Amino acid sequence: MVDFSLNETDQKILEEVKKLAKATEKNSRYWDEHEEEVRHMGQKAPEAEAFSYIFDMMKDRDKKEGACSPMLYQMTQSMNQGLGDGLMSIMSGQRNWALGNASLQAAGTPEQQAKWGNTLLAMANTEPGCGSDSKAIETTAVLDGDEWVLNGEKIFVTTGILCQGVVVWATIDKSAGRGGIKSFVVMKGTPGFQLEKKEKKLGIRSSDTAAFVLKNCRIPRENLLGLDEEVKQKGGGGFKGLMRTFNMTRPMVSAGGIGNVNAAYDFVQEAMKKEGVEMNWEAGPLKRTSIQDKMIELESQIQAASLSTLRAAWLAEKGQPNNLESAMCKSKGGEISRTGAQLAIELLGALGITQDQLVEKAFRDARITDIYEGTGEINRLVVARAILGYTSEDLM
Amino acid sequence: MEVLMITFELSKEQNLILKSAKEFAAKELRDIARDCDEENAIPKKVLDKAWEVGLANSAVPEAYDGIGMKRSAITNVLIGEELGYGCATLATAIMAPSAFINPLIDFGTEDQKKKYLPQYAGEKFVPAAMALQENTFTFDPTDMQTKADKKGNDWVIKGVKRLVPLGSTANHFLVLARTGKDTGLANIGAFIVPRNAQGLTISEENEKTMGLKALPSSRLTFNDCVVPEADKLGGDQGIDGRRLINSIRVGNCSLSVGLSKAVTDLSIPYAKDRIAFDEPIAKKQIIAIYLANMYIETENMRWMVWKAASQLDGGKDATRATTVMRHYVNKYAMKIADDGVQIYGGHGYIRDFPLEMWLRNARTLTVLDGMIAA
Repeated sequence: MVDFSLNETDQKILEEVKKLAKATEKNSRYWDEHEEEVRHMGQKAPEAEAFSYIFDMMKDRDKKEGACSPMLYQMTQSMNQGLGDGLMSIMSGQRNWALGNASLQAAGTPEQQAKWGNTLLAMANTEPGCGSDSKAIETTAVLDGDEWVLNGEKIFVTTGILCQGVVVWATIDKSAGRGGIKSFVVMKGTPGFQLEKKEKKLGIRSSDTAAFVLKNCRIPRENLLGLDEEVKQKGGGGFKGLMRTFNMTRPMVSAGGIGNVNAAYDFVQEAMKKEGVEMNWEAGPLKRTSIQDKMIELESQIQAASLSTLRAAWLAEKGQPNNLESAMCKSKGGEISRTGAQLAIELLGALGITQDQLVEKAFRDARITDIYEGTGEINRLVVARAILGYTSEDLM
Repeated sequence: MEVLMITFELSKEQNLILKSAKEFAAKELRDIARDCDEENAIPKKVLDKAWEVGLANSAVPEAYDGIGMKRSAITNVLIGEELGYGCATLATAIMAPSAFINPLIDFGTEDQKKKYLPQYAGEKFVPAAMALQENTFTFDPTDMQTKADKKGNDWVIKGVKRLVPLGSTANHFLVLARTGKDTGLANIGAFIVPRNAQGLTISEENEKTMGLKALPSSRLTFNDCVVPEADKLGGDQGIDGRRLINSIRVGNCSLSVGLSKAVTDLSIPYAKDRIAFDEPIAKKQIIAIYLANMYIETENMRWMVWKAASQLDGGKDATRATTVMRHYVNKYAMKIADDGVQIYGGHGYIRDFPLEMWLRNARTLTVLDGMIAA
């Protein structure tokens, strides 16, 4: 039976998660203001250590009531991450996981997964001249004897400082377009693999974003993920597998953005309450103030994005295809990460932008959501192609 | 064993009803929609056919001669979307009596249910409707102007209702009125009024509207219309006004979701066929992104409606959810219908093509309420 509510146990767990989220606010401003420092996610929020009992609550729940859908659980938590930093990283308890690890899972051989499974791996695909058009990357990989030689530049590598290795996308045959693109594991310290800089960003400053240069960087032949050296003439192969991981990561990224806006909205509701502005959900248009109308608008957008994201996650959990739904929820989540965060600050007026409180940080943190993991424009093109039955050649 | 608390899963019964409604709408509604709109008329046989398949009154319990299907807002939402997809006007006509029947099931006393439900439990269409909308541009159900005053053993209703569906033929009206000094949804009273009640005047002519044209509707004038105590819905206890208003909002919005999906599904093939500057306009980014957003928001709207409906089914107060849902659905259904016309270009303006009708229907549907109850 259609249901979007949580049972009593899950509600209790969510309440504790929210307390944990609140606790992580303590050092949030520090990390926002000390971007030059890099500490692991878990180390950024020592105040969260006291909440390990939440994992016991979840284990207990699994035993007594049956495992709740992990994806839906994660979505719900992401959406309730509050104004602090790193809740999701703490909750997942996976301190050694980054996007490169997702690639390893999607494209690596069993031996490769065993070898690098416990290594923190970032993912490097974006280049200075190439973002959305991922098949146009210029980083090359040339086979020389028993080694691949990599040359190129990579930017916007999340977890690039903390990681132990990087999964680098490179082309082994530029003329083949998508079919020539492979991913390679490059460990830190490999000669010719140089960390160039740590980015200074608008938001999500506690996430370390790095740029690298590869100059005649030699790596073992076995470091090609999947070990398939064949150039595919018609796309497919490794590229498709990597694209498929988006179906899991897009809902998660959307949920994170929604979490930022939700936190901002919660702040607005509390602020209004403190100043005696009451929300009357029943009032007709003649009796509602402009602020109440904006609250309805904000809540409706958050809800639409949340339900869209839960739908994509639910399908994935049921093992059903969710390519379309992932692109849709990322589009919507990205959109409200912009408009919703903006509206929240608008509702708060001038004091909304002061750094006395963290809500302005939520605005800055949220903004990346519509840009990474596929821009809103790209995701809408993906949706358009799906509903029109067009390929990317038909519709660019 | 997996326990998914958050779930979009429909029951077996709901899946069957969904299939039924979908097939019915495809077979019976879409093809006659334009003619009905041009002629301002709905053939009775299509209404009978819909009722034969059980699309409006299946929740009448067996004790009152009904099929006794589980009373579920979600089920009605499924039907509403599929019928709305066929034609918003015909969907409203088919399901309008639900705004009388379902409140009776939800709030009626035993005597009221025994007396009235069997009349609406059969396989043939029997008209009835809710009278909600008042004669003002600033109508607000939390501040009803139609009043019902207690006089001895009776209630006396004063006021004017507009745009009451099926007014020209309805056997009964469920009239919403304020029963005391207090405003608010919780203080709404509902009264069962037969069409021949003394003090009730039904307009001779049908109301003329921009959209949902084929749906006959009437102005009802209550001039000290006397209603016996026995016909005050719910008796002394009255009704749960919030629940009632929420269920009609959900019903209305389910039609809008169907309408939005219809416009999107009409726009996609048009854009793929229409050539401009040497290629289908569907290959232009502007048009492609319009279509993507139409599709995205249709899905979003559906889940918003399901969320509110699931709260009704869970016995919760759905007022906040329906306020938020309604705001969203009314905005995006309007935008989708509007974009659909734009995609059709000049043809979107011509009555030989469907879109202009869906635009008029969208604007009409999204400002009306009180027509069907989920």
